[in-house]
Amino acid sequence: MLSLENLTHTIDQALNRSFGPTTVLLVEMAMLSLFAIALFAVLGLVLVFMERKVSAYMQIRLGPNRVGYKGLAQTAADTLKLVIKEGLTPDSADKFLFNLAPFVVMIVAMLLLAPIAFAKGCQMWDMNIGVLYITAVSSVSVIGILMAGWASNNKYSLIGAMRSGAQIVSYELSAGLSIISMIVLTGSLQLSTIITSQQDGWWIFKGHIPAVISFVIFMIAVTAETNRAPFDMAEAESELTAGFHTEYSGMRFAFFFLAEYVNIFVVCAIAATIYFGGWMPFHIGHWEAFNHIMDFIPSVVWFTGKTFALIFLIMWFRWTFPRLRVDQLLNLEWKYLLPIGMFNLLLTTAIAILGWYF
Amino acid sequence: MIEEVGTTTEGDLIINVGPQHPSTHGVLHLVITLNGETVKNVEPRLGYIHRSIEKMCESLTYRQFIYVTSRMDYLSSHINNQACALVVEKALKIEVPERAQAIRVLMAELTRMASHLLWWGALGMDVGAFTPFFHAFRERELINDIMEETCGTRLTMNYMVPGGVMADLHPDFQKKVKEFITMFKSKIDEYDTLVTGNIIFQNRMKGVGYISGEDALSYGCTGPVLRASGVKCDIRKLAPYDGYDKLQFEEVIETGGDSYARYLVRMRELKQSLSIIEQLLDNIPEGDFQAKTKAVLKPPKGEFYTRVETARGELGVYVISEGGLTPYRIKFRSPGFSNLSALHHMTKGSKIGDLVATMGTLDLVIPDIDR
Repeated sequence: MLSLENLTHTIDQALNRSFGPTTVLLVEMAMLSLFAIALFAVLGLVLVFMERKVSAYMQIRLGPNRVGYKGLAQTAADTLKLVIKEGLTPDSADKFLFNLAPFVVMIVAMLLLAPIAFAKGCQMWDMNIGVLYITAVSSVSVIGILMAGWASNNKYSLIGAMRSGAQIVSYELSAGLSIISMIVLTGSLQLSTIITSQQDGWWIFKGHIPAVISFVIFMIAVTAETNRAPFDMAEAESELTAGFHTEYSGMRFAFFFLAEYVNIFVVCAIAATIYFGGWMPFHIGHWEAFNHIMDFIPSVVWFTGKTFALIFLIMWFRWTFPRLRVDQLLNLEWKYLLPIGMFNLLLTTAIAILGWYF
Repeated sequence: MIEEVGTTTEGDLIINVGPQHPSTHGVLHLVITLNGETVKNVEPRLGYIHRSIEKMCESLTYRQFIYVTSRMDYLSSHINNQACALVVEKALKIEVPERAQAIRVLMAELTRMASHLLWWGALGMDVGAFTPFFHAFRERELINDIMEETCGTRLTMNYMVPGGVMADLHPDFQKKVKEFITMFKSKIDEYDTLVTGNIIFQNRMKGVGYISGEDALSYGCTGPVLRASGVKCDIRKLAPYDGYDKLQFEEVIETGGDSYARYLVRMRELKQSLSIIEQLLDNIPEGDFQAKTKAVLKPPKGEFYTRVETARGELGVYVISEGGLTPYRIKFRSPGFSNLSALHHMTKGSKIGDLVATMGTLDLVIPDIDR
């Protein structure tokens, strides 16, 4: 079987043979951070390209198809252009915060990559509170956005940032509640345990009705949390030109831009992990033969397949739906999603106690 | 025009929307006063694209001045030209041949459809959906191709002359229009599934930007904006010109008065225009496409006024002739200017998002407001 576990073990043992434990830890951390940075860049480029292609096919266009094979190098070329572009800092901006904000947003996006299991045995940090870590760290990105909006000293940016603050803080509740209702079933916050608990079937099937409700709420909430249309209040092109990043140009704009896409990847990866078993192949109960055939597909394919299917769903939202108004957005959260989420949590708990799940 | 400039208290934000802004569709400049997300006051500032078209017209002859008006409301340039041709014909008492009238109506309705399609796409952009824009442009492109074949240009057609039209229809015209009709009919339901039926879109439109029929009349609104408030005002019915009285079509009236009613009026007008085109297409009378006129047109001394229904509302052309080669004075009554003046009334107290959406349903073309 193709497994990345052997590879990581080999590297770890090789390092341990030649160096002391502290050095090994430092070297491994350096390797992982390089991996995170590389992943950040690659994911950003791939997802921007994917978004452009998806939107093009929905809008009867062709999308980028000139630079590189089938236009694949288009996003790399765009990023190169942004790197060499002058990054302007407005005169009246709070220069320190203005320059800090994109890095806060970017670092949060990179930190979120740590606990995600990309394949069997391919996980940077399998901490025992993985899910809690993700919900906690992802809420830090709102500080970056508020910082950007406030420091720009631009009214559009300010409105965009304030909207974003209200929105992210509200929708985190729903996202958190829907995760908690699944944690009730899995009984663990550790991502690897959550994945292995889906050995005999994904939670979306095992947890039936409450799991489906929780999944729908989670997808709506994370679409809002990542500031994606139809909840892109923070940017709202037709209202606020570009929202909180109106004043940003060059690479600092690109950091916001790439971080947005990496955040989408992260939330979809979480959804894939909790509801669709992460890298776990499609297993049905005790159908050993069927499960064995499914195991032949490498775990990394299962993980990326599920994640990108969910990413496609989020892109599909963006290119089909109009934007909500800001009060409708908050009504949706506080009057509908939150009560339903709470009720669903009770339902899940009851089901977990009574053992009415598969 | 504006009721009163709202008082600014501490904590209010004054924002300049435009003249460079994605949702003003041109160089419109709105000064809006915000209290949080709530719009307290909207004050349009005009003049960024003023080209003194009225003054320019006064130095051009009665044949020439028609074509400057293509640059007013560039989305219904045919209809602008038609209005000017009509006023010259009225002054000189020129009889327009039936064939020319039919061609004019066909072209005007095609223009109206193209304009409404563009509006539909742009409204989608205003409420944050990008995809409708491309779908609308797919159909609009076919109309532009039809125009290009017969008139030679795609946007500012300059096809009308006093007494008829510049040239006869292209031999392929009927075939092309039939192709367009077949294509359009298969797509119009797609519009409803993509936008009209969408729950988010309906929530953004219903009950937003309300104006009563009485208020709309007092602001001088015309066209779909007034008809959405339940007032009959279609010039094609009230004062038929160019043979509209012989055609079967319905004046679209909605009583909602909100953005959704304005949306529905335009969507239903698309179907009405289509039915007018279908009625005429196979029954274009034989004959001349242009009346015989003198080489030099000199209307008698007097004042002349005509009005037509453009895609945006009532366009009036007022000409004072001193009996010379050029008009003494020309005044256009453009629909966009009056419709814009009602924006403040519609959006006071609403959210920023509603301001943009309401502005979208007014279907503003800025060069029409600023001539």
